Amino acid sequence: MPDLFTLWIYLRPFVAALALITFMLISAIFFVWLERKVSARIQDRLGPTRVGGKFGWLQTLADGLKLLVKEDIIPDLADHWLFRAGPYIALCGAYLAFLALPFGNGVVAQNLNIAVFYMLAVMSTEVFGVILGAYGSGSKWALFGGMREAAQVVSYEVPRAISVLVPVIVAGTMNLTDISKQQAGWFLNWYIFHDPFTFLAFWTFFTCGTASCKRAPFDLAEAESELVAGFHTEYSGFRWLIFFMAEYGSMFAISGIAVILFLGGWNLGLIPKGADATDLLGTIAGNVVNVLVFIVKGWVLVFFMMWVRWTLPRLRIDQVMTTCLRYVLPVSCVLLLGVSLWQLAEAEYLWLSYVNWLLAGGSIALVVLLLAKAMTATGLPTPTDLMPGAWPGAHPAAPTIAPRS
Amino acid sequence: MALQNFLFWTIAALTGLCAIAVVVTQNIVRAAAWLLFTLAGTAGIYFLIGADFVGGTQLIIYVGGILVLVVFGVMLTAQGPFVTMKTHAAEWGVAMVVGVLLLTVLVTTILRTAWSPPAEARMNDAANSVSSVRLGEGFLGFDRVAPAAALTGIGESEQVVHATGTRDAGQRPQFHERNRVAYLLPFEIISVHLLVVLIGAAYLARAKRRQGAAS
Repeated sequence: MPDLFTLWIYLRPFVAALALITFMLISAIFFVWLERKVSARIQDRLGPTRVGGKFGWLQTLADGLKLLVKEDIIPDLADHWLFRAGPYIALCGAYLAFLALPFGNGVVAQNLNIAVFYMLAVMSTEVFGVILGAYGSGSKWALFGGMREAAQVVSYEVPRAISVLVPVIVAGTMNLTDISKQQAGWFLNWYIFHDPFTFLAFWTFFTCGTASCKRAPFDLAEAESELVAGFHTEYSGFRWLIFFMAEYGSMFAISGIAVILFLGGWNLGLIPKGADATDLLGTIAGNVVNVLVFIVKGWVLVFFMMWVRWTLPRLRIDQVMTTCLRYVLPVSCVLLLGVSLWQLAEAEYLWLSYVNWLLAGGSIALVVLLLAKAMTATGLPTPTDLMPGAWPGAHPAAPTIAPRS
Repeated sequence: MALQNFLFWTIAALTGLCAIAVVVTQNIVRAAAWLLFTLAGTAGIYFLIGADFVGGTQLIIYVGGILVLVVFGVMLTAQGPFVTMKTHAAEWGVAMVVGVLLLTVLVTTILRTAWSPPAEARMNDAANSVSSVRLGEGFLGFDRVAPAAALTGIGESEQVVHATGTRDAGQRPQFHERNRVAYLLPFEIISVHLLVVLIGAAYLARAKRRQGAAS
């Protein structure tokens, strides 16, 4: 049936585009719920519990409905055109990055030869939407937020790109599909365990990725305690929602790059002999497994970002710039140099290629140790008969504060 | 093919309109926003013809570097809430002269360039197209027979292979035959642009420090 095939050729871009934006928005809905639950858990609260059953599954939909019916305010002083355009430019930047992100073996909208470079380039346009919206708001708070965002993102782009180069040097290609295929088989093949330099590059990349998504501890653009709400001070309702969809979308895109470059991509890591799931289960069933593995890995990294956000305090703006320019940038340059030398040395000394056993074993031992410690921790002695949170008996030596006269 | 043509003309028309809007707009940040759409449209055309690397470079340098720098500079230096530019008649005149001259150069170069494969084949087969090479050589004043060895460091014999421009469909391009020539000019242009970004950043930092020292 040649007609059907021709139709598919024409329909394929639209199907891919629709599928990607659906995935991006649904995962954003999930992430908002997850963020609320994670933050609640870390702050010893419960988080949403009512909407949609015991765990508040539908809380995000309720939030979205609230934002949709909220009054849409544009300040008199704002540059209306820029104010309206800002959120959509940010969303476009985040969405376009997904076009080159492979979810499985061949499950990719556009298999670009330079997919990593393309994704970094497109995601650098996202900051522009934030800056335009902030500038167009006609508010000092928003302007300060936008300036910080510009300075921060432009600075962190440099070490982010250099950290990306480290696994790219090992892989010898910028094609994300090929990079992921090279890491098939046991998780020893993952590039994070390839050598010490890629191991460290994962952490510098993840730090820079967190910063370029303007997530805490780098969320200087929206520092509530200093700038009211930063760049989105004047936004309400739907446009505010769009900004946050862009943020959650780019969080998954950054996590996806990290997963493919360092964490084996869609490979489960438990299939021996360098095999892919498609080799065992066939193209369709294998790719279903691949896509699920990839998405779960990405979500785990997003969860990690949230964990970091609600654990660490926010840095000051000068500390953010110092972290980037004085520490992360030189470290990533050294890593780039180191991995180049490693590639040369590995050809000479074959035993170097067994370093991945050491790195993988050490990492797993560390994770198991931490988990065991967390599982066996006794926790705080909460008196069961008292209200949680108010523990007069728990701190007998607590000084009594005299009331001010 | 029809879809490609449709996309090309749509993107090209929108890019042209946005470029006009850049010139007409008085508000400098709005002009930057229009410039964003112009550059993104140009990058879109690059992606459409299969020049992914050039498209990505366009985005990362212009949008991620230069445009952010422009708006950042405006934010740092603006006195009032929104900066508008008053364009004098003399500036319009100078801009017109420069624009017409540039257009003349472009049109004559395009007309004089020897496009070896016919246009239809080139659109179908973006990977084998050498049109950008021809155009780049045209700008640098090389004819097809002129030796480019002084510029590219590639000898005469290899240059002849390159200059014929056509290749069998299944044959992979040899590195020494084509790639060094093909990417020399784009890389040079990119490096100059990066230099401009660096100088701009250094200039902004310097002005800021001087202000701090004075107060």
